[in-house]
Amino acid sequence: MLKNYLKIAIAVLRRRKFFTFISLFGISFTLTILLVLTAFIDKVVGDNYPDKKRDRSLYISRISQTGKNTMSSSPPSFYFLDHYVRAIKTPITIAISSGFSGTNTYVNNKKIAVNYKFTNAEYWDVLDYDFLEGKAFNKQQVANSDKVAVISADMKKEYFGDVPNVVGQYIEADNVKYRVIGVVQNVPITSYMTYSDIYLPYTVAKDGGYKSNKGYQGGYYGILLANSKDDIDKIHDEYEQLIKRLPPEQKMFDKVSSHADTYIRSYVDTGDDRHSGVFIVITAISIFAFILMILPTLNLVNINITRIMERSSEIGVRKAFGASSSTLVYQFIVENIILTLLGGAIGVILSVIVLQIINSAHLIANLELTVNFTVLFIGLLVCLVFGLISGVYPAWRMSKLNVVTALKAQ
Amino acid sequence: MIRLQNIEKVYRTDTVETLALNKVSLEIAKGEFLSIMGPSGCGKSTLLNIMGLLDEPSKGDVKIDNQKTDNLSDKQLAQFRNKKIGFIFQSYHLINDLQVLDNVELPLLYRSTTAKERRQLATEALAKVGLSNRVKHFPSQLSGGQKQRVAIARAIVGQPEIILADEPTGNLDSAMGNEIMDILLQLNKNDGTTIVMVTHDENMAHKTHRLVRLFDGSQVQ
Repeated sequence: MLKNYLKIAIAVLRRRKFFTFISLFGISFTLTILLVLTAFIDKVVGDNYPDKKRDRSLYISRISQTGKNTMSSSPPSFYFLDHYVRAIKTPITIAISSGFSGTNTYVNNKKIAVNYKFTNAEYWDVLDYDFLEGKAFNKQQVANSDKVAVISADMKKEYFGDVPNVVGQYIEADNVKYRVIGVVQNVPITSYMTYSDIYLPYTVAKDGGYKSNKGYQGGYYGILLANSKDDIDKIHDEYEQLIKRLPPEQKMFDKVSSHADTYIRSYVDTGDDRHSGVFIVITAISIFAFILMILPTLNLVNINITRIMERSSEIGVRKAFGASSSTLVYQFIVENIILTLLGGAIGVILSVIVLQIINSAHLIANLELTVNFTVLFIGLLVCLVFGLISGVYPAWRMSKLNVVTALKAQ
Repeated sequence: MIRLQNIEKVYRTDTVETLALNKVSLEIAKGEFLSIMGPSGCGKSTLLNIMGLLDEPSKGDVKIDNQKTDNLSDKQLAQFRNKKIGFIFQSYHLINDLQVLDNVELPLLYRSTTAKERRQLATEALAKVGLSNRVKHFPSQLSGGQKQRVAIARAIVGQPEIILADEPTGNLDSAMGNEIMDILLQLNKNDGTTIVMVTHDENMAHKTHRLVRLFDGSQVQ
């Protein structure tokens, strides 16, 4: 039966080539956009380098203070993380790092844009950076305010060129020379809490903000590492209790809010407790995907109706020889799914090409987008949904066709 | 085998009501070869469609093989047609995208048969109509007479007890028409298949067991 449907589906596709082209173009173009989007989200959400212990980590990316008509929201301060959060009992340790800042440096009169960030020594224990050479700075070096740096592989290449070893050499950033003690694998810029070109001990920060700013808000992120997954809820509760106890810093505020969240939640944290970041992001993506899919779906429905009605003689014959309406609906949906899967296959090929172009254009630092199994699975799912939605209505209309009318239509 | 009682068929539009069949009663015995004649628009094809359960009468009863058919669901009607009735149409109604063998297999797709059985039965049916050498051809590669023979093979592949033929020789020249008629006569004689044929051709009609004439929707002979 399926073989027969397949034969018919292929014959129909070959019969009206322009219609086939329009259908396949609509499907493959839509799928390409969705696959590229999925690859991007999958990379951002799914790639766990360098925070490989995500399942036992909680992230603090934002602290907000709200008053009647006012709100202040930003990443927390070093002091807040080091003084208040460190006091929480259950976590093993806390990684503290600043957001990355940009500066320019010069090598042989060539300007290089450099992003740098400050971290504590525990940062390197909590996160699992792949060291290509050297090692991270330790507590002693942080305490001594040693001018040492861990740099990314791309930074090494750009600053020093193709040399085998750079540990012990000096790199200049923001007019200060730092001794390179380690080189790590690149992190994409989309992992904004862990991305940088140069990592420095927080004690060498020029502005000294880590010392002078005793407020809650600043420009640092914290990652709490639990001993095991089972401790995550406990740490989460302890953190909520801590925040509840904190008095607002100024009279115009009446509430302090902050969360120690899982990676995804913290990634999209808006700092506004009334509107969950996850909800906003999922809604936005769903609306985008819906709008993107609705037009080609309607187009496909339209083309399908025209195509099916052209086959009214066949419908009449099949009905006369024993096909029930439901059998015919099934046949036309299967045919439509074959069409959408074909469009899907073209879409996957197009996606691979588009991703190659995006990757080679270096639009986003260190972001290597790939079509993996998750992306392919979602692509397949989208195709099936697409085929089903655009096939059901035309198939249903066709199945209601009166046999005698259908046979006369030829 | 087929029993029609007081069959009426009325076609209604917003302004006009047309009586296509007016109290037609007909009994066709098992193994009978009946032809229906009459001028164009007299209701011949409508009557055949009602016998084949492709259309419903406005009034009256249709019994096939002693079974009432008015209360059957879409699915049951489909199954009933599939098992009991084979159709032959004037314009063949072959599926141009499928090869001859696939066209003939079509009724068997809606039964629980294996691909191998389907292939075997379709090959046998094509041999019966003398088209064993055309199985891989597409309908567009065949002459009118060959197309109608494929249509006959499709009608008999499921071994139905009844064949309903709507002007099967209408699009063919007399030589090809005679060939088709011979095949139908053989089927009736050798397999005992009940055949009802609508025709405009007196010669063909006189080769059958009985002739029924319609005029303006009423039976006149």
